[in-house]
Amino acid sequence: MQFGIFSVSDVTLDPVTGYTPSEAERIDAIVRIAQRADEVGLDVFAIGEHHNPPFFSSSPTTLLAHIAALTKRIVASTAVTLVTTNDPVKIAEDYAMLQHLAKGRLDLMLGRGNTVPVYPWFGQDIRQGLPLALENYNLLHRLWREDVVDWEGSFRTPLQGFTSIPRPLDDVPPFVWHGAIRTPEIAEQAAYYGNGYFANNILAPNFHFRPLVELYRQRFAHYGHGTPEQAIVGLGGHAFIAKRSQDAVKAFRPYFEGSPIYGKSYRLEDFMHGTPMSVGSPQEVIEKTLTFQEGFGDYQRQLWAVDAMGLPVEMALEQVELLGTEVVPVLRKEMESRRAAGVPDAPTHASLVKAKYGDAEPRQPRPNPNRGDNLTDGSPYQDSDPAIAA
Amino acid sequence: MTTTPPRHIGRAPSDPEPPVVVVVSAGTGNPSSTRMLGDRIAQKTLDLLRESGMPASARVLELGPFAVDIARATIAGFPGEQLQAAIEELAAADALIAATPVYKAGVSGLFKSFVDVLENDLLVAKPVLLGATAGSARHALVVDDQMRPLFAYLRALAVPTSVFAAPEDWGATELGERIERAATELTAMLRAGVGEQIADRAWSGYQHQFAGNAARAERTAADLDFDSPLMRLAAGGRAGPGPAG
Repeated sequence: MQFGIFSVSDVTLDPVTGYTPSEAERIDAIVRIAQRADEVGLDVFAIGEHHNPPFFSSSPTTLLAHIAALTKRIVASTAVTLVTTNDPVKIAEDYAMLQHLAKGRLDLMLGRGNTVPVYPWFGQDIRQGLPLALENYNLLHRLWREDVVDWEGSFRTPLQGFTSIPRPLDDVPPFVWHGAIRTPEIAEQAAYYGNGYFANNILAPNFHFRPLVELYRQRFAHYGHGTPEQAIVGLGGHAFIAKRSQDAVKAFRPYFEGSPIYGKSYRLEDFMHGTPMSVGSPQEVIEKTLTFQEGFGDYQRQLWAVDAMGLPVEMALEQVELLGTEVVPVLRKEMESRRAAGVPDAPTHASLVKAKYGDAEPRQPRPNPNRGDNLTDGSPYQDSDPAIAA
Repeated sequence: MTTTPPRHIGRAPSDPEPPVVVVVSAGTGNPSSTRMLGDRIAQKTLDLLRESGMPASARVLELGPFAVDIARATIAGFPGEQLQAAIEELAAADALIAATPVYKAGVSGLFKSFVDVLENDLLVAKPVLLGATAGSARHALVVDDQMRPLFAYLRALAVPTSVFAAPEDWGATELGERIERAATELTAMLRAGVGEQIADRAWSGYQHQFAGNAARAERTAADLDFDSPLMRLAAGGRAGPGPAG
């Protein structure tokens, strides 16, 4: 079981101090938060992708490459990478490059994005968002698995003789999670490929996403990847922790009430009672998270948002600290002891290399020579099938 | 805001349970003339159904007490526990009587806000009788000009006759006659099971939300059509841009 944090990268007024951090301050802060997450033993740090203020993370691979260089253990990921408005070819290239630099400590989560103008800004039609997401992933999947791709679809320009470089590290593509909160087709795509399915378990009633998770599990089994219980499920969440329950509620309330998303809707107590939001002592957060395992079945990845809504960096770091020292160690033990036999962990680069090669050496593609026009001679790699021309 | 277990709450033609008619009233006064109109229509409908050998029951959903919940649901994007229960009641209803006061030459904001938080497919092929009250007969067309297109958007089956009541109508026998005519239409639709038949034959053609509140919402793999163009695309196949999800 992996535990970690994810950030939407909002640059938000602190409603307690009245201070709005600069983009520069928030970018420095997120690097510190990721480093602290690594130090306290969390497994995953994931960053969102946005293309408008008040967010800073337009370029997740740049940020994650820097974080990977500064950390030792933690897996860098996204929450989410926009699979609609990014060219899947560029996703293939950027994340393969990042995977190399991170030495395999990288996976990614794909999502459609819910900011309407981003689609037209990037030349896309939001009404085609779903087929766009599905088709783009189908292409991405091939680009990471075939040295040379000929492809034609409905949205981007066709490809003839295209090789996405660099090839994935050890010729093993980064593991992909498909994020969806309402669309059965996305759960179906995750199931078809045997990829992970992630439900952002926030801003909805308790267990609202159970039917989608259940659908994904059933279809994962349908496509022969394992039993429904062996499907790879991730959940989002929102946590605010203090040593004492009442201190957590007291400290968190002004941030909740000052939030443009939460503050004008239900009361904090309603959110704590009726939604997956966890506000309280470490023990309370542990107990609430254990209900997720009961309700969604054994799952592989839990991510919490801990730095949103204008929390100052010191407070966000304290949240990471409490997660790493008081919450996650207990959850690891408890969830492990409750977990059914045969339920796998989330795939990592090491486990995927092992699954592909066993004890054999992983493939290390070496290109054929440049023939003078920046194209390789014959097939692209020395060990490529000579029948395929570069 | 706890979630009830997924369940099918649709009414099959052979359903032995007596039909339920739900009155949705956006009236706020006490007594409210909108509520009174809704009650009279409901009573006439129940009388006609009983006479025709189909005893039914009616329930009233007053929107006033939900005003804050409806506003919060609009911001949060999901209904609270009690509003969720009200929505499930609508989904399970066999017919609706929707009644609103006219404010500022339009349907009440409370009524429209309530409809705004309903899923698009919640009332598909559901028989609905439209009613409105106003302080002046000059607002008589609000019900047909505003409510009817709203329920057309929801693909509900609005009965041909709408019932509008200005103050003077409460002293005119014609109001009772219009109520009887509209209730007769609602009863005929209910008895004929036309909504059921439409949903039985055409449900998949409407746009749906997976695991939504609609009585016939797809909730499991068994309910889904995996041969649709988008599902084929999801499973690695080729498909042109289909209808956006």
